[in-house]
Amino acid sequence: MSSNGSLNTPGEQLKIVIVGHVDHGKSTFVGRLFYDTGSLPDGKLEQLQAIAQRRGVPFEWANLMDSLQSERDQNITIDTAQIWFQTQRRQYVIIDAPGHKEFLKNMVTGAANAEAALLLIDANEGVQENSRRHGYLLNLLGIRQIAVLVNKMDLENYNESRFNQIESEYRAWLRTIGVEPKVFIPIAARHGDNIAARSANMPWWRGPTVLETLDEFVVTDRPTDQPLRFPIQDVYRFDERRILAGRVEAGSIKVGDKLAFSPTNKTSTVKTIERWSAAASETASAGESIGITLTEQIFVARGAVAALEATPPFELSSFKARLFWLGKEPFTKGKTYKLKLATQEVECAIQSIEKVIDASTLETVSRKEHEIFVGRHEVAELVLHTKKPIAFDVHAEIAPTGRFVIVDGFDVAGGGIIAADNYPRRTHLAATKSDNIYLNRGKVTVGQRELRNGHLGCVIWLTGLSGSGKSTIATELERELFNLGRQVYVLDGDNVRHGLCNDLGFSHKDRIENIRRIGEVAKLFADAGFVCITAFISPYRADRDLARKLLPSDRFFEVFVNAPLEICEQRDPKGLYAKVRAKEIKEFTGITAPYELPVHSEIELRTDQLTVADCVTRILDHLQVQDEATLISI
Amino acid sequence: MDHLSKLENQSVYILREAFNKFENLAMLWSIGKDSTVLLWLARKAFLGHVPFPLVHVDTTYKIPSMIEYRDRLVKEWNLKLIVGKNTEVLKSGITYPNGKASRVECCGTLKKDGLKQVLDQHHFTGVIVGVRRDEEPTRAKERYFSPRDKNMEWNVEDQPPELWDQFKTDFEKGTHIRIHPLLHWTELNIWEYIERESIPVIPLYFANGKGERYRSLGCAPCTLPIKSNARTVPEIIEELRHTKTSERSGRAQDKESEDAFEKLRRDGYM
Repeated sequence: MSSNGSLNTPGEQLKIVIVGHVDHGKSTFVGRLFYDTGSLPDGKLEQLQAIAQRRGVPFEWANLMDSLQSERDQNITIDTAQIWFQTQRRQYVIIDAPGHKEFLKNMVTGAANAEAALLLIDANEGVQENSRRHGYLLNLLGIRQIAVLVNKMDLENYNESRFNQIESEYRAWLRTIGVEPKVFIPIAARHGDNIAARSANMPWWRGPTVLETLDEFVVTDRPTDQPLRFPIQDVYRFDERRILAGRVEAGSIKVGDKLAFSPTNKTSTVKTIERWSAAASETASAGESIGITLTEQIFVARGAVAALEATPPFELSSFKARLFWLGKEPFTKGKTYKLKLATQEVECAIQSIEKVIDASTLETVSRKEHEIFVGRHEVAELVLHTKKPIAFDVHAEIAPTGRFVIVDGFDVAGGGIIAADNYPRRTHLAATKSDNIYLNRGKVTVGQRELRNGHLGCVIWLTGLSGSGKSTIATELERELFNLGRQVYVLDGDNVRHGLCNDLGFSHKDRIENIRRIGEVAKLFADAGFVCITAFISPYRADRDLARKLLPSDRFFEVFVNAPLEICEQRDPKGLYAKVRAKEIKEFTGITAPYELPVHSEIELRTDQLTVADCVTRILDHLQVQDEATLISI
Repeated sequence: MDHLSKLENQSVYILREAFNKFENLAMLWSIGKDSTVLLWLARKAFLGHVPFPLVHVDTTYKIPSMIEYRDRLVKEWNLKLIVGKNTEVLKSGITYPNGKASRVECCGTLKKDGLKQVLDQHHFTGVIVGVRRDEEPTRAKERYFSPRDKNMEWNVEDQPPELWDQFKTDFEKGTHIRIHPLLHWTELNIWEYIERESIPVIPLYFANGKGERYRSLGCAPCTLPIKSNARTVPEIIEELRHTKTSERSGRAQDKESEDAFEKLRRDGYM
């Protein structure tokens, strides 16, 4: 339905949700509001009147909204519908949310997207179950601009004392949950009383009409004076640049800002702010979807949250929350779920439940001691535990990073806000639970190990000349993977030659045996669920292929660390090239012994052209390391 | 932030979520104003690139200049285009108006089934579609991420909750998700944005010498122009600020029965 007329504030748009108990007249109210503001398309009213006549039923304003067949049949709004209308002041998006308890998830969907709410109460029936439940949820969803419309005043003969009675009862209840509505208005939606025009039937009413009240609500922008929160949504490499894409959720960001990324604790500086077909600007503030590049290449993936160093989010693996549950199955202790907070996704479980509340009565739901769950349409105060630390804020301080949803199976089944508590600012890893069960050898499967680790075991085999950068890359890669929560270990000359292979020298035969043993050990590490990085020259193709054959093809990655001999010799980190030239060493790969170039390595890194960080990033990109505990990948 | 920037940033966020979450992603491009704005927003989201293919379901009844316009943009914007056609039905000739199919049946086979064939053939699990809530009432009930089952059916009674920009991105094998980044835009917003960004649109939207223009584009036999003298984008914006007729008033298939469009959409129409 299109809008019309000209506006005082062109373009301004306010989203309001209409909530209330079933049959308290939400759809009728919206239909009438449309009519009174001249927002109906030509012929729409006549069309609906004709349909009503053809069906032999009286015309209802509600039919304007209930355009789906099934809703007309049942006479209840099933889903959240949005329509547009306007007043002299501005344009409105009306979200009509269902009042039936069954459809609470649709009400939540509608309300979570609104900036203000109109809550309808039937003057005849008074405050009902869902009047209270909706009031509670509006508050939990963070909606502060609320007006209560006491509808169907015609059924109460427009009686002032009935209106006052409902107002005082409901106001008192809302106060107990900390909600203070802007105004209560007596209306009769069916007849248009006090909607657009003051009602002749209620001369006692001195307050505003509904339209006047709507026009007094304000359109809120995301606050830009809060600490910066920039959750990384994705990383793009459409060209040689690495662009971190995301939306500034709070505060603002500018070129030159030094960013700290949670939960990896890495820092870098904003080099550019990227937009397409838009005026270039060196800053971006809350609400803007942008991209950034960094001066130092660090590995950052989706889920990381960028903040300024002085004002980081909390980084913990448990927190207190208020949660509402919409799922068909209850939210149960002992089961694991997926938690989504901004762009982070992590496995979570209930640590403890403080209390389960019936949102329509505010009473604590009593349960038997062993029944630890939150049922459908219940609300709870609880402590959640996440499998690995996540970055978050207290909802009252920074809302976008202080709220989350819970996914059960394939479905979003609940949502919650993070409550204030005495959280430590620094990462605090809760002591590892001692629930590890040690089974006899052979009873733990590869799959079970993968499930626990959250990733596959594999071997990353670095090969290349002495001085090409294998060890440097291996140690950096190990640190990155470790920070990402991976089980990881590096095998190199230092920890192999002194023990496992201390019986071996540097003859051709011994070098083959050395690589064979390393291949076997790397395989054992991979079997044990580790990402095993090896950093050996491994000059012979046949030896490398032998190591490769020990593992399935998706568990072995050969990385050719490639730098020209001259460069390696210039670097000469261990002074070996000097010794070779001085003839102190006889057999040396690349000079007096051959290096057989890899023919099917998964990755080639030109270390004379790339930085160490670039090399690490390329390996991680190739392995598609996702910073999500829930994904099994390496 | 002004209202067009708010709409744009929200759509970009949704497009980026879709691109991150779906490996086999495609965008429907009907060549109309909405999906062309959507295409523009994709270039905003991916900084000048369109990192997934566009799917155009060609009924062969499209107004010829639409195809010329399509092919020009594909070249200029370096797009990957997949054209889908329900060749079997086209061959059989059971279409509207000459082949005894009603308008709605014709939409069902050429567009809905045509789309299903493309999705199946390319194994797309996510499809970006430019529908808007204000277009007509059933679209008003849509979600940003809207699941369709194996038969492409839409279960409007049991839609997933959608709050705080957390969308449905987990789904059973065989099902797919429709992604609607323009859901919260109005027809007026679309034109305001076309004006602001200078997005090229097909000239059929502008009034010709006979005082007529197309407000919504579809197949030639079922799409009628409206009376209008709006020859430029600002004139269209001005016209829309005062109109009281609905956008799809020129689309004849909606009018075959009271709930014609509703039925089409449940079965998988866009």
